[in-house]
Amino acid sequence: MSGDSVEPLVTAVQPLGTGTIIGLEIHCQLNTRSKLFCGCSTDYRDDPPNTHVCPICLGLPGALPRVNRAVIEYALRVAKALHCEVPLESEFARKNYFYPDLNKAFQITQYDRPLAVRGTLLIEGDNGEKEVGITRVHVEEDPGRLVHKGGTDRPKYSLVDYNRAGIPLIEIVTDPDLRSPKEARRFLHKIRATLEYLGVFDSEKEGSLRVDANVSIQGGERVEVKNITSYKGVEKALTFEVTRQRGVIRRGQRVTRETRHFVEARGVTTSSRSKEEEQDYRYFPEPDLRPMRVRDWSDAIVLPELPDARRTRFITQYGCSPEHARTLTGELRIAEFFEQVADPGAPATATWVADTLIGELNYREMSVSSVPSSYFRELMQALSKGEVTDHCAVEVLRSLLDQLHAKGTCESPLACVARLGLGKAGEEIAATVAAEVICENERAVADYHSGKNEAFNFLIGQVMRKTKGRADPAALNRALKEALDMRGE
Amino acid sequence: MGTPTLHFSPKDRYNAFLTTVEDAPYCEGPLSGRGVAVKDNISTAGIETTCGSLILKGYTPPYDAHVVDLLIRAGAAIVGKTNMDEFGMGSTTEQSAFGPTLNPRDPKRVPGGSSGGSAAAVAAGMVDFALGSDTGGSIRCPASYCGIVGLKPTYGRVSRYGLVAYSNSLEQIGPMARTVTDLSNLMVVISGYDPRDSTTCERPYRHKPHPSVKGSKVGIPEEFFGEGVDPRVASVVWDAISVLEEEGAEVITCSMPSMTYALAAYYVICTSEASSNLARFDGVRYGPPVETHLPWHEAYSERRRIGFGPEVRRRVMLGTFALSSGYYGKYYAKAQVARQMVSADFSRIFNEVDLIAGPTMPSTAFPLGEKTDPLAMYLTDILTVPANLAGVPAISVPCGEVEGMPVGLQIMGRPFEDEYVIDAAFTYEQGVAT
Ligand SMILES: [Zn+2]
Repeated sequence: MSGDSVEPLVTAVQPLGTGTIIGLEIHCQLNTRSKLFCGCSTDYRDDPPNTHVCPICLGLPGALPRVNRAVIEYALRVAKALHCEVPLESEFARKNYFYPDLNKAFQITQYDRPLAVRGTLLIEGDNGEKEVGITRVHVEEDPGRLVHKGGTDRPKYSLVDYNRAGIPLIEIVTDPDLRSPKEARRFLHKIRATLEYLGVFDSEKEGSLRVDANVSIQGGERVEVKNITSYKGVEKALTFEVTRQRGVIRRGQRVTRETRHFVEARGVTTSSRSKEEEQDYRYFPEPDLRPMRVRDWSDAIVLPELPDARRTRFITQYGCSPEHARTLTGELRIAEFFEQVADPGAPATATWVADTLIGELNYREMSVSSVPSSYFRELMQALSKGEVTDHCAVEVLRSLLDQLHAKGTCESPLACVARLGLGKAGEEIAATVAAEVICENERAVADYHSGKNEAFNFLIGQVMRKTKGRADPAALNRALKEALDMRGE
Repeated sequence: MGTPTLHFSPKDRYNAFLTTVEDAPYCEGPLSGRGVAVKDNISTAGIETTCGSLILKGYTPPYDAHVVDLLIRAGAAIVGKTNMDEFGMGSTTEQSAFGPTLNPRDPKRVPGGSSGGSAAAVAAGMVDFALGSDTGGSIRCPASYCGIVGLKPTYGRVSRYGLVAYSNSLEQIGPMARTVTDLSNLMVVISGYDPRDSTTCERPYRHKPHPSVKGSKVGIPEEFFGEGVDPRVASVVWDAISVLEEEGAEVITCSMPSMTYALAAYYVICTSEASSNLARFDGVRYGPPVETHLPWHEAYSERRRIGFGPEVRRRVMLGTFALSSGYYGKYYAKAQVARQMVSADFSRIFNEVDLIAGPTMPSTAFPLGEKTDPLAMYLTDILTVPANLAGVPAISVPCGEVEGMPVGLQIMGRPFEDEYVIDAAFTYEQGVAT
């Protein structure tokens, strides 16, 4: 735990971000097949409102919750991966408040007997690797969703969709160990990767992640920023909030303790009414559910390979650079994709996936899961056999991604090479072109033989132009040199 | 050939029913064609379920409670829904939004509550069986006042799935009938483990009552005959206890000091849980639609003020207070400690005796409208709430009269020894009959 090593909060010279204290409260939807307390399917995203509901998740009078054991199993995997302490028993509690999306007017959550406490997660901090403390991990149900009709500012009326009601959420609360918005983002990425490796979370589902953050500047009051719903949003919201608080301090004012909402579209946090802060949730143990014995359960869980272990393996097994290994293991889909396309001891493929492919995917806002690994593998093989140049391979990749982006399918890499005429010129072509260029540039050839090296550069440029960059530069070099030297004899 | 139906159109002079089913379908089974009345807080698919409250007027559940499902599969015909104190909050059935139920033994008197409609329907002979629910005496009190048999089973023996919750940790659905044999037959049908209720146990009741208390030790807590118990009731109950003695039971006096805290603990726990359970009734999804232009939270308040009766509002406010931060430790947490003390008292006494007996209620049924002070009303529950706090089985069996009004003998047993409690009641019933 970070508490073991006393970290100086303020250093002599304060670079930007020092003195910033951030703690996160992360809510993720666990991807079990059914909801937390009933048998309704969690796969509701493309379906009409209120079609994944039953008496239990509608909160009808008389219906009782029943714990879906898979949810607890998933959450215990997370607790274990975060090196948490798991108590003998854990218990659900009711959090009572009125809100139109909350069907029972209470949320079944956990309060003083959470599933797990006191864990850690290793992240890449601003000054090297650091451990971030995990305060607690617990499970709760998602409320329904309000749909406002007739404008969000002054809606005419609101509709309630209970498809989301009862979806299992895991809440992970960190200690105030993060020191910059960037660290917060890295932490979130690491959490996401860990959850995906555990097979309990799908980050690509819309609305599957929500983050609240506590932010303060050394010595100031704590401000809670709510309503952050994307990975990118976290750094944006926190950067805005830190800058805002610094501005307040610079003007000689005090940061007041409050709750603010992040408005993603505008990239700002706005003050929300203080009424919410004063809520008394009147927690008490959920009388319809018995305490769960979780310690033995947790002990019996065997974890799969997690990001840190995979990173080490990638370095030894594939000869990846540490930087590439980190990038490749930072997302489960990338890591799996890489293992499908890479041969052991092939660091070139690591560069291709970590640098080229991820860059091209991000540019198109595509997921690696839309890329057929067999095609990528074919392209890598063509490259290693010398059938295409690096330059051509990038062009082929771009074309294939454009096709996938547009229609979800694409031609094979070799078909693409043939269609675009990007096949690597063979030795024969190289020799022919070299001969042509020599005939057409007598002067330059004479200069070359008189010892002017720039002349060679000029000639190779001419050869390249004729082959439109498709030929292997080394082969061209060799062919030109051979042809020139033959004439010189 | 359609499914057979039971024709049911009783003259309901006592306002026992809120809803009746004129032609109630039924199937083959051990209860084939026998009518069962169901308390209106137990969900019945397609039959209005109001809990005696305006706020649920017009609510028709889309599903059957587990016990209703079991009854239907056993061949019973669900003939109607019975009147009750709103959400079970009362001991007279006067707190129903749909008017009080009258006691068939004397229509000027209350039938007890909150399962007053079920008790009256059985006592008047409109049905042989009824289901009630018992949170702090709501089956045993009206059984006692109306002169029938009523059982609050061990907590966890009957599924609560579909019972509109008042106080989840205290209440059980239970059988009501004119004879112990009928009550036992109903208990056979409704008990057992239900995966949908995590608080049920794998302990089905498959028992036929037989008269045997020979050699049993029956404890009589002195607190059950203390101040506030009508001496005439006490005397009738002592006579009943001596019948058990004649049948071979050994009677031992004992003491239950936690009785001092039981009632206070009970009211803190049940109001706390109720404040949470009833919060969902906000006028949006249940109850008659109302056009409103108030902000949502003000509309909620207004609908709850109009939709709930005074006793429900009182208990919701009490419970909200007891759970609020700064008071939780003082009330809710303390009540849990007191509850443990009550359980400990029962365990200690049950180390020495097999059964505990005493009066069900401190008095007989009183005239309608007589008790208006809520505190005086709460005090009448003093003898029934301990069984709910400890989760033990408790039965009320008619044991005589005071000025023509029935008196109930209460018999309690160890957890999951409902069979033993029923046998003792049966012994008394048979002993008196011969
Ligand atoms: Zn459901």
